[in-house]
Amino acid sequence: MSALIQLNNVTKNYRRGKEGIAIFDGLTMGIEEGDFVAIMGPSGSGKTTLLNLLGGTDRTDGGEIWFDGERIDGYSEGQLAAWRARSVGFIFQFYNLMPVLTAAQNVELPLMLTKLSPKKRRDNVETALKIVELSDRAKHKPKELSGGQQQRVAIARAIVSDPKLILADEPTGDLDRATANDILRTLQLLNKELGKTIVMVTHDPEAARFATRTLHLDKGRFVEAMA
Amino acid sequence: MSLLRQTGSVIALNVRSIPQRLWMSLSTVVSVALVVAVLLGFLSLANGFNQTLKGSGAPDVAIVLRDGAEAELNSSMSKEQADLLGQGPGVKTGPDGSPLVSSELMLVVDGIKKSSGTKANMPMRGIGPDGLLVRKQAKIKEGRMFTPGSNEIVVGAGLLREFAGFEMGKTIRFGTQNWKVVGVFEAPGTVFESELWADAPVVQSLFNRGTSFQTARVVLTSPAAMSAFEKYVKDEPRLQLKAQSELDFYAGQAERSGLLIRYFGWPLGIIMAIGALAGALNTMYASVSSRAAEIATLRVIGFSGFSAFMGTMVEALVLSALGALLGVAICAVGFNGLSASTLGAGFTQVAFKLQIGPQIIGQAVTLALIIGLIGGIFPGWRAARQKPLLALAA
Repeated sequence: MSALIQLNNVTKNYRRGKEGIAIFDGLTMGIEEGDFVAIMGPSGSGKTTLLNLLGGTDRTDGGEIWFDGERIDGYSEGQLAAWRARSVGFIFQFYNLMPVLTAAQNVELPLMLTKLSPKKRRDNVETALKIVELSDRAKHKPKELSGGQQQRVAIARAIVSDPKLILADEPTGDLDRATANDILRTLQLLNKELGKTIVMVTHDPEAARFATRTLHLDKGRFVEAMA
Repeated sequence: MSLLRQTGSVIALNVRSIPQRLWMSLSTVVSVALVVAVLLGFLSLANGFNQTLKGSGAPDVAIVLRDGAEAELNSSMSKEQADLLGQGPGVKTGPDGSPLVSSELMLVVDGIKKSSGTKANMPMRGIGPDGLLVRKQAKIKEGRMFTPGSNEIVVGAGLLREFAGFEMGKTIRFGTQNWKVVGVFEAPGTVFESELWADAPVVQSLFNRGTSFQTARVVLTSPAAMSAFEKYVKDEPRLQLKAQSELDFYAGQAERSGLLIRYFGWPLGIIMAIGALAGALNTMYASVSSRAAEIATLRVIGFSGFSAFMGTMVEALVLSALGALLGVAICAVGFNGLSASTLGAGFTQVAFKLQIGPQIIGQAVTLALIIGLIGGIFPGWRAARQKPLLALAA
């Protein structure tokens, strides 16, 4: 396997009042293509910051970030937005669906950033909903769906533009155990069957078991790695 | 293409989510509607007043006043001067072969307004036998014309609508004399409808005006004859008068009086617009704030800041446009065609109807859209600057 995403000597600081807080100070890591990585760690350890850096939604203060052979840390805002639309699918803890749109319309959103024809967009939406087994809920609005179903719509939205990387921020944090396991099995399927590289931030050791690799982050450093 | 499509998507998303912020959005719509209704009310007042004054003038009728006088009330001329006017070039003759010249005088008398029950000035005009012939728009609608040499008056239909006690057959007392109403005339859309007419020699006699007049109206063969007639009046040393077309005379009056109404209406409209703008800004900031997670989500997915800006802008413009529509509808139903009267240039009441036209609707709607534009720009800017952070999307 080759590294799909590589962080070299990354530094990231936040300011709290006059005080500067170093989140990462020379972080180096690689995520191979086809990996399903769970990132765990206590609150404030830098998990979400790492996810933001991996997804190009935040900027480093130093170091390099490479994605599929391209250095992305120097991209402009517009270039990063276009790169995210093309290469990254996002899954959020609270699903973040647009309440006024149907499931199908929510899934279609990332495709509005592409040049695909309406028919091709419809086809892709159907396929994505089929993968998450929600074809029969295409015309339902989020409030008409259960939490688990909403998260599956969000997963369909994350994969509809066929990105190489999927970033999931506590994807099961708002779900009961059984539903959470369903969602995690779906992510596993995306990883194994479709070859998607998945990075998942979670507090839940049960969820981390579905990943192929778990990284433990504490105070901006990986303290332990398990295969 | 992609930028257009993503912008269109965000705009549709924003507009479709307006019902989620129903009451706040409705308050913006209503405040903009009030601005539009008030401004349109004033503009339709000015418009109706202007149209009435402008409609009073004919291009082939010259109005002659004392040189330097700007209104009929402060003009004066002798009988000899008035007689000389008939000898000017291009003067049309009546059926009896005599020049169509109506020498007139105008007085201010009191009447009681129906709307307020208070006294207000009314114009009473003494006209000659050609008084009706020089006003093509005027005709007796009810009853008959006054008999020359008698204390009879005919009443304008507009004056009858606005003032009490002038119905057919009624006797009215002005000064020491009684006058009987024998007819009602109409001259639609003109200032004359707000007047009382009586026989000029009787008015001269009963109001101690001797043989003097104030103005003369002279019918010319065509509008093209106006400049030659104006030159004659200017150059004839015995006259010391000034002639101008009736059209220009009333247009000048309309300009002055209409400006007063507009100068009052626009500042009031703008003050209200500032209030509505505060409401619109509040609504749109609340909209951006309540959709912070949605905006952040879209930005994370890859939507541009520009599309977030446009979504907010268009939402503000849609709310303002709805407000403008409501305001125009309120005005069209409530004000359009409504009778009103106000003080004209001659310090007398002019009755007219409020008129809503495309031009003033355009002005009021433009003000509404400016409210929407400014009300959308700053919240839109905030939406565009929303960082696409995962934590914000939570």
